[in-house]
Amino acid sequence: MLRRVLVTLFLLGSVAGHAGVLPEDRADVLYHLYDGGGVEIDGPSILVRKKAGKSLSFVGNYYVDMVSSASIDVITTASPYTEERKQWSLGMDYLRGNTTMSAGFTTSEESDYDAKTYNFSVSQDMFGDLTTLTLSYALGDDLVRKSDDGSFERQLDRQIYGVGVTQILTKNLIATLNFETVTDEGYLNNPYRSVRYFDPGSALGYSFEGELYPNTRTSNALGLRARYYLPYRAAIEGEYRFFTDTWDIEGHTAALTYVHPWKDFTFTGKFRYHDQTGAHFYRDIFPRAQATNFRGRDKELSPLTSYTFKLKAAYQFLDESKGWGFIKKGSVTASIDMLHVDYHDFSDLTALAPIGSEPLYKLDADIYQVFFSFWY
Amino acid sequence: MVKTTLSKSGLILVVALLLSGLAGCSGVEPWVKPYERDRLADPIMALDADPVSSAYIQHVYEAREGARGGEGAAGGGCGCN
Repeated sequence: MLRRVLVTLFLLGSVAGHAGVLPEDRADVLYHLYDGGGVEIDGPSILVRKKAGKSLSFVGNYYVDMVSSASIDVITTASPYTEERKQWSLGMDYLRGNTTMSAGFTTSEESDYDAKTYNFSVSQDMFGDLTTLTLSYALGDDLVRKSDDGSFERQLDRQIYGVGVTQILTKNLIATLNFETVTDEGYLNNPYRSVRYFDPGSALGYSFEGELYPNTRTSNALGLRARYYLPYRAAIEGEYRFFTDTWDIEGHTAALTYVHPWKDFTFTGKFRYHDQTGAHFYRDIFPRAQATNFRGRDKELSPLTSYTFKLKAAYQFLDESKGWGFIKKGSVTASIDMLHVDYHDFSDLTALAPIGSEPLYKLDADIYQVFFSFWY
Repeated sequence: MVKTTLSKSGLILVVALLLSGLAGCSGVEPWVKPYERDRLADPIMALDADPVSSAYIQHVYEAREGARGGEGAAGGGCGCN
């Protein structure tokens, strides 16, 4: 079961730094493929944005994940599965003077998980349009079910508060600072996933029991990004994010991006680093059954370090001088993200090593994207 | 715990709203003039040049890591559990 629900607020909301201008009319058709750790997820994402008059802009997005999973979690405690998730988003922006007001709705459906999200934001340009302040709020309403138990149904509510400032600092430098608080209340654990505990009566030396998470989680994230125009026509961007939550996860994320245009091409290279501590109720193995009030063995809640190297190339095949009818500009983009994750407290049970001496699990995944973009 | 954090967030929002209100009355002289912003307007300087692509990759990271949010002013959240 895929239990990840994206809230595509920034697809629907305003674009920070451009509050006094509506986003461009644009359509994108994207194909995505994630391949790694025994999991293959692919599908399309289609985004269409269109102005209506000078003050309104509408946006719609259709996104699909087709999942085929034989991940480490699945092959050690369950059976491989296939799953499909479909997501629809609709939104609008209303521009009045230097203020942009945005509202949107996202709905996501899969066989055992439904999610609805409502989002609102206000952006204000100030100080001669050098500064843009954005306030945002979103409300999530999820329903968790279980495929092998028709009577199982749990609620999960989520609220997201955001404040962001985008600042033009010099003729060559723009920066953005964003703070976001997310609160979850309801059923937060995975109804299928298990934790491991020592069991001398078992041939392996351990057995499994269901996860049990706290019913609330509150997280805070502070992110800073700055992009600089180099003396020749190229750009470099640095970013850093600090994350902390009430489950005792603390994360540091940093990335460096370089953008280099050449003729009708634009090449991008990016390196991203992420490091986090584990949740306080996470254990690779518990001393006994029901050892603690809360228990989890989701590898994403383990202490981990991830590294991503991205390469991206875009080719603009249409410009204003040779547009097709109402289409002014067109481009095609391809990218690959090579992701490597080192889990510092999640054993690879497929190695079938004696208990306590299993190697730590490592994940390698390649993420491919190809998309066509048209401006009109 | 939840209530405490919410009140902090509420305070930040109130302060930001007050700052926003004050901005309307300010007479700050922009130190980068509109005619000096040609480089900033270059597509290579866009903070989010491809929203459809950045939304997808953010989704991947939220599924593979324990952290979320802080990516943009109206950035994404995640039902990751």
